[in-house]
Amino acid sequence: MLGPLQRLGRTGIGFFERLGRGHVFLLQILARLPALLLRPGLVVRQIYSVGVLTLLIILVSGLFVGMVLGLQGFNTLSDFGAEESLGVAVALALVRELGPVVTALLFAGRAGSALTAEIGLMKATEQLSGMEMMAVDPMKRVIAPRFLAGFLSMPLLAAIFSAIGVYGGFFVGVGLLGVDEGAYWSQMQANVDLQDDIYNGVIKSIVFGFVATWIAVFEGYDAVPTSEGVSRATTRTVVHGALAVLGLDFVLTALMFGD
Amino acid sequence: MVQVRDLAFSRGERSIFDGIDLDIARGSVTAIMGPSGTGKTTLLKLIGGQLQPQQGSIVVDGECVTDLGIKALYKLRQRMGMMFQSGALLTDLSVFDNIAFPIREHTDLPETLVRDLVLMKLQAVGLRGAAGMMPNELSGGMARRVAMARAIALDPMMVMYDEPFTGQDPISMGIVVKLISELNSALGLTSVVVSHDVQETAAIADYVYLLSDGKVVDQGTPDSLWKSASEWSQQFLNGEPDGPVAFHYPAAAFRDDLIGGGRTT
Repeated sequence: MLGPLQRLGRTGIGFFERLGRGHVFLLQILARLPALLLRPGLVVRQIYSVGVLTLLIILVSGLFVGMVLGLQGFNTLSDFGAEESLGVAVALALVRELGPVVTALLFAGRAGSALTAEIGLMKATEQLSGMEMMAVDPMKRVIAPRFLAGFLSMPLLAAIFSAIGVYGGFFVGVGLLGVDEGAYWSQMQANVDLQDDIYNGVIKSIVFGFVATWIAVFEGYDAVPTSEGVSRATTRTVVHGALAVLGLDFVLTALMFGD
Repeated sequence: MVQVRDLAFSRGERSIFDGIDLDIARGSVTAIMGPSGTGKTTLLKLIGGQLQPQQGSIVVDGECVTDLGIKALYKLRQRMGMMFQSGALLTDLSVFDNIAFPIREHTDLPETLVRDLVLMKLQAVGLRGAAGMMPNELSGGMARRVAMARAIALDPMMVMYDEPFTGQDPISMGIVVKLISELNSALGLTSVVVSHDVQETAAIADYVYLLSDGKVVDQGTPDSLWKSASEWSQQFLNGEPDGPVAFHYPAAAFRDDLIGGGRTT
């Protein structure tokens, strides 16, 4: 009789305990960020592995998403004789939504999972413990640089995704389907607003980068130090990261474009 | 060098230590021995301040580890080296960079001097020729020796060795035994060796503590322990399968289990 209730209670307490640990962990990271100003090399190395190595998947995905948008947009717009608006349709879809969201999902899958696995394995093989015994703070030396690198990389990757997507749409719309090149660019220039569209998209990508990287480094640091524990933590990074990005996207979209 | 008083530590419901007292003399090799699962590694983590006891005090070189703030604790750890059972080498750094790691983190020495220091440490453990290798290219014995070189990189006052002999072939084990003893005397260290390998540990230890069930069950020089009247000590040191530590894990009567048809899980 009381069994299910007890289980529910335990799960609830476990969830909130973990949530609390995650927030304390975040505060510990934020407290260590100023020290990284003295050692920018640590962050630059992580930007390479978190950002630069994610570039290829972002470029390829951005190109294909842009091409699909060009194709779908052309088919729909041509029903209303509005093919000339293809440029603005592709650009708005990318900078407002698909750029930040798809980049964040790819980022959680590629860079987030790698961060979790790396940190989790460092924990499982006592490397983090070893650092502590060498009087080196692993939060400062390992976690904070990775967090900052992810946070800085994500908006840049989202911008690159959107830019390459616009060219993907151009390639299909103008190159293959015959939309006027001047109309493609001029409509885009006239109707994409810096404040409403670009800035809001950038804000989204900053928030997504913050949350996806936070989840990734926390899951790695909090992983049970066994092979199964690291495997579970990596899965949680991708699942929780994706859900957090999609949930936050709705909240941010409602706040930005809700009226 | 280290005084442990009335130390109690538990994980959840399970008590690991229940009021133990230990003294580790400066300049000595002190062995902490006991069966697997008695909390020997936990004791090293308590001495290093990585875990907080529920009761008691641990004083290292005059400083109470349990009362130190994080900065003071990190300062103290710069004077303590630790060799982990797994080696705990940083897998993305070469052997050279692993040993240079604590030196670079805690000093502003020019790179030429860092290089000389690292090569000296590697020479001491006989692995100068392996400086350019990565941790995944090392054998288990070599990894322990690199970890040992890293533990002495900052010229600490004491080094803690966690199961240094486990899983080693006879040659590697002989090398590690020799290195622990020689480094201790050559560098004027205080060494704490946690192990359950009786022969190897007894060969180099000046003093031995035997732990079981959260208590110190016996202590003394290796010679005095061999002559100890304690049944537990005799069983452990001679590796007897039955004695105070029973061969059978506590269970219901065998006859009842067989004919009672009860579940075993």
